[in-house]
Amino acid sequence: MSQRPIAKLLVANRGEIARRVFRTCRELGIATVAVFSDPDAEAPFVREADEAVALGGPAPGESYLRAEKIVEAARRTGADAVHPGYGFLAENAGFARACADAGVTFVGPPPDAIEAMGSKIEANARMERAAVPTLPSVDVTGLDGEPLAAAADEVGWPLMTKPSAGGGGKGMRVVRSREALAGAVAGARREAAAAFGDDALMLERLLERPRHVEIQVFGDATGRVVHLFERECSIQRRHQKIVEECPSPAVDLDLRDRMGAAAVDAGEALGYVGAGTVEFLLGPHGDFYFLEMNTRLQVEHPVTELVTGLDLVALGLRVAEGAPLPPEALEPRLEGHAIEARLYAEDPERDFLPTVGHLTRFAVPGAVRVDSGVEDGSEIGVHYDPMLAKVIAHAPTREAAARRLAHALAAAELHGPRTNRDLLVRVLRHPEFLAGETDTHFLERHPPAELGAPLTDASGERLHAAAAALAGQAERRAYAPVLATVPSGYRNNPSQLQETVFEGPCGALTVGYRLGGGGRLTLRVDGSELEDPVVHAAEPGGVDLEVGGVRRRYRVARAGGTAHVDSALGHSSLRELERFPAAATEDSPGSLTSPMHGAVLRVHADAGDSVERGTVVMVLEAMKMEHEILAPATGKVAELRVGEGEQVEAGTVLAVIEEDGEG
Amino acid sequence: MAVLTTKVQRDSEAFGRNREGMLELLGAVEAELERTRAGGGERYLERHRRRGKLLARERIELLLDRDAPFLELMPFAAWHTDFHVGASVVAGIGVVEGVECMLVANDPTIRGGAANPSTWRKVFRALDIAVENRLPTISLVESGGADLPNQAELFVPGGEHFRSLTRLSAARIPTIALVFGNSTAGGAYIPAVCDYTVFVKERAKVFLGGPPLVKMATGEVSEDEELGGAEMHARVSGLADYMALDEHDALRLGRQIVRRLNWRKLGPGPSEPADEPVHDPEDLLGLVSVDVRQPYDPREVIARVADGSRFDEFKPLYGTSLVAGWASLHGFPVGVLANAKGILFSEESQKAAQFIQLANKIDTPLVFVQNTTGYMVGREYEQAGIIKDGAKMINAVANSTVPHLTLMAGASYGAGNYGMSGRAYRPRFVIAWPHYRSAVMGPQQLAGVMSIVARASAHDRGIDYDEERDRALREQIETQIESESRALENSGRLYDDGIIDPRDTRAVLGIALSACHSQVVEGTDRFGVFRM
Repeated sequence: MSQRPIAKLLVANRGEIARRVFRTCRELGIATVAVFSDPDAEAPFVREADEAVALGGPAPGESYLRAEKIVEAARRTGADAVHPGYGFLAENAGFARACADAGVTFVGPPPDAIEAMGSKIEANARMERAAVPTLPSVDVTGLDGEPLAAAADEVGWPLMTKPSAGGGGKGMRVVRSREALAGAVAGARREAAAAFGDDALMLERLLERPRHVEIQVFGDATGRVVHLFERECSIQRRHQKIVEECPSPAVDLDLRDRMGAAAVDAGEALGYVGAGTVEFLLGPHGDFYFLEMNTRLQVEHPVTELVTGLDLVALGLRVAEGAPLPPEALEPRLEGHAIEARLYAEDPERDFLPTVGHLTRFAVPGAVRVDSGVEDGSEIGVHYDPMLAKVIAHAPTREAAARRLAHALAAAELHGPRTNRDLLVRVLRHPEFLAGETDTHFLERHPPAELGAPLTDASGERLHAAAAALAGQAERRAYAPVLATVPSGYRNNPSQLQETVFEGPCGALTVGYRLGGGGRLTLRVDGSELEDPVVHAAEPGGVDLEVGGVRRRYRVARAGGTAHVDSALGHSSLRELERFPAAATEDSPGSLTSPMHGAVLRVHADAGDSVERGTVVMVLEAMKMEHEILAPATGKVAELRVGEGEQVEAGTVLAVIEEDGEG
Repeated sequence: MAVLTTKVQRDSEAFGRNREGMLELLGAVEAELERTRAGGGERYLERHRRRGKLLARERIELLLDRDAPFLELMPFAAWHTDFHVGASVVAGIGVVEGVECMLVANDPTIRGGAANPSTWRKVFRALDIAVENRLPTISLVESGGADLPNQAELFVPGGEHFRSLTRLSAARIPTIALVFGNSTAGGAYIPAVCDYTVFVKERAKVFLGGPPLVKMATGEVSEDEELGGAEMHARVSGLADYMALDEHDALRLGRQIVRRLNWRKLGPGPSEPADEPVHDPEDLLGLVSVDVRQPYDPREVIARVADGSRFDEFKPLYGTSLVAGWASLHGFPVGVLANAKGILFSEESQKAAQFIQLANKIDTPLVFVQNTTGYMVGREYEQAGIIKDGAKMINAVANSTVPHLTLMAGASYGAGNYGMSGRAYRPRFVIAWPHYRSAVMGPQQLAGVMSIVARASAHDRGIDYDEERDRALREQIETQIESESRALENSGRLYDDGIIDPRDTRAVLGIALSACHSQVVEGTDRFGVFRM
């Protein structure tokens, strides 16, 4: 194949992966083009590209999935290549063909390889032909009723639904009984149709307590396929990876050779070019089964980069240009251990519901790699995946990498929507994780609600509240229009303390303080005095406070009515209560409120209907996930406040159920 | 610019003794402050709280900007009288929405907030301060009106309250009344003469005559709410501009009104660096003896009060019993006149008269630090014209129009009190240290003078002088004067605006100076004839 250098690359993606590809482009001297949807207009990746083209509306279907618009953007900007990133059109053979037809290089495998692997059914068949071990599975597209159940029996129980078209956990449901089958399949088809525009579905046998181990492969135009070791991605929530590492603690040299060889066989069978990942389920006895092949760069590619020293984006561009794989890729080295953690805007204590809002501060300190799509001031919206960043640590040993990563995450300043940071830190410090006992059920054995609870305990939160109050005080004094140099809160006849009331995860906290001369201080939290407090410095952005002989620096950032405090004790987001609260508005009893921002997908009840406890009143959709709103008690639907298709904010009253026996 | 150095030795025996004495006095002062905060006593506080009401100082605290200073004025009013110390009312200067305001709040836990003669004097002084310094005035009203058994002393003078409020309004100084409870009969005019009124729903009660009086007068049967409730005044009479849902809401509305005053101060404001003094204000407790007969160097005080301890002395070699010079306080430029060795001679008087004129030429406020036993007496001094020179100083002080702040920092005897801008010379503020003494002369001198005069009188009438009786009389007079000249005694009579902890001097003078700058700061060329 003739070589065709890339001069200008369009990235048909957004967020961190767009920034990641642009970074390599800058190093290689390749001009960059971003495409973006309306909500991403101000995003860092758009700004960092040399040129940018707007695609349109917020929904992926109106923007990042519009192949023809992206090809048109490449034409307008004169881009000679398109990098699809991951997700969106990355595994869409039609898009790859459209690029080729437009004379634009598609950075990825040939369209038929995408097609073959894009259909799980086809993929399994091909793998079986290439003698790669596979799990029993069956195509149930279009099947219902008894034929569906029979197909399931053939696969064996328990099993899992898998949309033929997609990945990322969407449309994947565990089914343990025949009774649950029909409902699960219907739901999976709906999700698959919404996410991928295709409801083709297969059933696959579910391996209990498996590990998820994948092999990174790379092919070039000369027909050469190599593997770049494994990645273990067993720590998952809702079937999505959150912690990934290389090497896997469960893979020894022999197993690595066997799995690597199987993956290379798979790649060769496909005539694979570019970056690809062959995912396996690894059983407890070194038995492994082909899961799927991702014909693109993986989210977790950085762990491979750190242990091999290779730039996988650069490699992908190189082979896309028609060049052969370089020697360092043919003879890759594996040095040390790398672990990646995915930071999500989500609430682990509420079933990982995505969170939204203004991320006023995003900073991850320490000797770690941070691949992020966000920065200080980013808006976390409802339209896309809520991943904020990937944080990756590389160290000589697994233990050292885990420790470094946990420390960096623990020290990160993340001000805004709730994140899974505390959960990640607890996972990375968990004895089982450190012992290498990772499997895909880790977060079922260790409930996310516990692992994800705030790292800062109640006593830390009290100190954080005290620090936030003192910083607020400093800010008010700094901006005082008169008497700014007179001591803060000076009273010649002091009758009470200055007070600030916060609402934190542990409840309301009232901080009372009086500053005397020379750093002397009376400091009370909820009526009890802190021990020997000394203020060494108090500024709007931070407080140097000593309590009980321990001096700590508390960083305080105020955003809206919330004070974000970061210190050695952890992090607290404390909402300051109004000094003159407005008259309280209370929800009527029996109100069903929206747990999150989203859209009403279906309403299953009418006003006046009688409902049993647990009846699905309506279904919300957010982040492509369906959330059922259940009747909390048996009664009557007194009010229905929203209709299908309506957008709702978190906390919106959706309906009011009048409990039987009331009124 | 000169930075003052210090000779204070913290490890000296005198320093320790002084400090101990001052702390003891401060303890006594704090005990009195404690009584002011206790209001009408635990039982009445409890009853007030049970009604869901805030205390006077709690209302003030919520009205103020958070963390901004509040200078409570005249807390010792009515000390050593039949009435509660503090005179049933809280007054002070505080910052509301960035605006320095005069706040006057009835303490309803003391006899329902009823006014006694001391209450009036304190309120009138507070309104004087407001008008002189152009401070928007907020009245937090909840008062049963005049304390009827004392009506003879109250009724006629009480009219000044409404007069002062309307005159504030006429001077374009906004007046705001927040009515939390009773404000009836004469008290009804308080909100009525204010520019803005806020009435708390179901709490405010504002009428000329209540149901019993109406029944007596016209036979009409009526209820409180229809005669003077917040709803009625907000919807029907129009006396209430705003109806607050509760006390918090009233305070919120009060702040909202101030925010919309579009307030601008007329003084030039601070113009110098406002750095802290180089020397520790803590030393102020130890460098001054509580015995006012022990002199001290006022530069040591200036070094612990002025910005950066900077002080440029004027005429340092002339009239050395009086220190004069320029400094700044929280960035506000000031001239300072401070007694150094107590006695004012001709030179000191002339120096002061000149310095006061200079300050007036350059529109600079003056701080008087009083520690004087008066003008020098004796043949030599009388013949040299000490009266003429004292009169020059009094002329200058009396006619000076720049703001004067007077710090009572030791002795204040005789005409020295006048020459150094004592209360009668209308300084904007008189701030006092707990050990100060003020009387026409020292107790021993006064008793001695009385004894000499009596002895001479006896001699003239040719009768024997009763030495035994003389000794007893002298002792009695000495004790009486000693007692009357004490700081708390003077403060109780409102001869000062409050006794403070000496360590707070810088803060308190800063608040006072800033208040002065709400008004135009302007000197004068118009003095009386200086007798040459």
